[in-house]
Amino acid sequence: MGLFDRFKKNKKQEAEAALSPEEAEVVEPTDYATDATEADESAAEEALGAELTEATDATDAATSDRDSEAKAAEDAKAEGEADSSSKSERAVYEKGLTQSRKGFAERFNRFLANFRSVDEDFFEELEDTLIGADLGFDLAISISNQVREEVKLENVKDPQEIRELIIRLMVASYEKQGEQEDQSMHFAKNGEPTVILFVGVNGVGKTTTVGKMAKRYKDQGKSIMLAAADTFRAGAVKQLQEWGDRADVPVVAGPEKADPASVVYQAVEKAKAEGTDILFVDTAGRLQNNVNLMQELAKMNRVIQKVLPEAPQEVLLVLDATTGQNALQQAKLFKDSSEVTGLVLTKMDGTAKGGIVFAIRDQLHLPVKWIGFGEKAEDLRVFSAEDFVFGLFKDLVNP
Amino acid sequence: MAFENLTDRLSKALKNLTGKGKIHEEDLQASLREIRLALLEADVSYATVKKFIANIKEKAKGAEILDGLNAPQQVVKIVNDELTALMGEEAAPLNKSEKIPTVIMMAGLQGAGKTTTVAKLAYKLKKEDKARPLMIAADVYRPAAIDQLEVLGKDLDIPVFSEGTDVDPREIVKHGLKEAKANKNDYVFIDTAGRLQIDEELMTELKDIATIASPDEILLTVDAMTGQNATETAQGFSDALDLTGVVLTKLDGDTRGGAALSIRDVTGKPIKFVGQGEKPTDLDVFYPDRMASRILGMGDMLTFIEKAQKEVDEKKQAEQLEKMRQNTFDFNDFVDQLKQVQNMGPMEDLMKMIPGMAGNPALQNLSIDPKTFTHMEAIVSSMTKQERENPDLLNPSRRRRLAAGAGRPIVEVNKMIKQFDQMKKMMNQATKGNFSGMEQMMGGAGMDMSSMMGGQGMPGGNFGQKVQNFAMKQAARKMKKMKKKRGKK
Repeated sequence: MGLFDRFKKNKKQEAEAALSPEEAEVVEPTDYATDATEADESAAEEALGAELTEATDATDAATSDRDSEAKAAEDAKAEGEADSSSKSERAVYEKGLTQSRKGFAERFNRFLANFRSVDEDFFEELEDTLIGADLGFDLAISISNQVREEVKLENVKDPQEIRELIIRLMVASYEKQGEQEDQSMHFAKNGEPTVILFVGVNGVGKTTTVGKMAKRYKDQGKSIMLAAADTFRAGAVKQLQEWGDRADVPVVAGPEKADPASVVYQAVEKAKAEGTDILFVDTAGRLQNNVNLMQELAKMNRVIQKVLPEAPQEVLLVLDATTGQNALQQAKLFKDSSEVTGLVLTKMDGTAKGGIVFAIRDQLHLPVKWIGFGEKAEDLRVFSAEDFVFGLFKDLVNP
Repeated sequence: MAFENLTDRLSKALKNLTGKGKIHEEDLQASLREIRLALLEADVSYATVKKFIANIKEKAKGAEILDGLNAPQQVVKIVNDELTALMGEEAAPLNKSEKIPTVIMMAGLQGAGKTTTVAKLAYKLKKEDKARPLMIAADVYRPAAIDQLEVLGKDLDIPVFSEGTDVDPREIVKHGLKEAKANKNDYVFIDTAGRLQIDEELMTELKDIATIASPDEILLTVDAMTGQNATETAQGFSDALDLTGVVLTKLDGDTRGGAALSIRDVTGKPIKFVGQGEKPTDLDVFYPDRMASRILGMGDMLTFIEKAQKEVDEKKQAEQLEKMRQNTFDFNDFVDQLKQVQNMGPMEDLMKMIPGMAGNPALQNLSIDPKTFTHMEAIVSSMTKQERENPDLLNPSRRRRLAAGAGRPIVEVNKMIKQFDQMKKMMNQATKGNFSGMEQMMGGAGMDMSSMMGGQGMPGGNFGQKVQNFAMKQAARKMKKMKKKRGKK
């Protein structure tokens, strides 16, 4: 079953639920289970999904890391059923994406309201609309071209059909581009500390994300350590220490203006000596075209590998969801200097666009692993493509 | 630096128009489509793009009748004018209150760079206007935000007013203003917490602060990398507050900078400053006309010259000129020159301000190693006093010694001496009024420019030449204007 079909099914369920709440309640839980099997193959956080995947879809799971999955499944159990329920997850996405959905739907409806006939102006408008949603230039043109072809082939004239066609094409290309992505978090296998490095430009929310994620894993019973490798920005170390205090985890910090690599080295050594489960390394914000600072990042990587050859298990690039096409440039250049393994998309609640998720997958094939919907620690969620698509388009498709 | 990609695309779009005496409807159409896509790709908001294209179309059609011969240049000029108009015609100065203190309040999303901008701006006023600013730390939400401002204040020696995180920001601002009055600070900066324009509670707080402080400036801080969402952000803040201006931050990234174009259009407020770097001095006044030239790849000679004037020691310069005339320019002067150039900022950035350089394919992936200068200095440092004053002494054996002393390969020593000789010759000629030497340097040697410019020529051949000529003329005109202005004073 394709992502688009599942999406429509979800929509249908919701419509039914609205019509006859009692009946839907009975139907939904079983339905949800099968959904989750397919949807969350790699979303290791979901206990239910992970277990079912292991059981029913063993061959498919080959792409994702077995060890980490089993481990994550245990973690997720500890986390409790409530959090791993896809329904509440979907609700969070729906709420967090309100802005984006409204923006998207409004734009689309406005676009289709002007719709008279399918001509060049129509496609120009379509391009503008898609680009206006931060979908990215190339993807917008490609989708517009696909629509052009399909419309010609099937002679579509009804605006409703065209709308559905556009969304179907968007979702389909999104799904297709994401086939090879490994969305799970990786952890060290041999009992050594797992090192997670956070990189990104200035002001995207690296420190905040470290704080939130530390709390999350701490609550799962892991031993956590934070390394304050942002020795450049005034007050950055203090900021991380505050998060450390809140989550009650130790923070390794060096003297002011110290070489960040030295702080990282100390932290890695300490984490190894104390047998810490996960070490989060918060680095200073840097613009991707600053060659020297990018080399500093490469140095941190080398220093980590000196102590722990397998680390860092994860290098997460933090991206601000309100960033435009430059996000792609950021991802590209950060990927070059440090092996970025995944993305954290922050401030999603503040953007009325959201198309950047599509552009990222289309151009970069870097999996979005986490998504941030707000200021609170629990607003940071494991990314689920399905919930995201549903949250974004649900107002635009009829069941 | 920002805008390069946009520059590139716009140059290509306009290229279609060259080589033809007259603008044909289809050519113009094709070019306009290219321009439209280039702007959209650069994150300019689509509503702004639409308006922009419509304006150009209209004016270009009129231009054909006026001056058919010079059509392509005409279009370049129209685009340039429209870009300037889009970003606001003139540089907007900071509002100043009639009696002290002038209150400046910041607003913006999380992570836009408010705190950094406050510190930079306060430092700029302190340095340039001998102001006595006070910074009020009213961000009680983000952990350690107050610490950040306090550390910056300590580093820059600017007082910070803070009351911790348990006090309501409104109260903090009230008390801060009282303190400023007592201390007779002439500028007060209010650093507020980042917030989403849709967060009603926090937006109310912002409005209250504005009522309490009745600021002379409310500056919206916007990340230059913002995408299409810039419109919503700008609109949201502009609806809630009486914005007086915009600060565009992180412009030193490789963003295409579309936000700069659309924000002014949406808010109707001028962009007053741009932040382009991590140092406290990296905050510049925003000049729309210069930025427009830069976007079109016509360079920004004015900023280049201003930078040069700011950093170059005039007395030393005169001395060196005298030396050149007497043909006694030696290695000591050479190093001085290098240092002055270095003070002006990264070479890559400077190069792009020179007309025609921004779109030069040879400069595309250019990054000049800042160590090159250090290496040259090291070589000069390894010379004896006599050698420095009399470069003719440098025979192969001495050169080997220099290489060993500086820890650089001998080829580098040779190269540097050659460059020095050329520079000397060229300068000698130039001071005698023979400028053909300059061109030789551009095409031949001189610094590391040789590899960058040799043989490559200007971008796009004929077209580049035209744009460049146009830009040169324009720069010359502007310089004359400025001279006149100065003369009046």
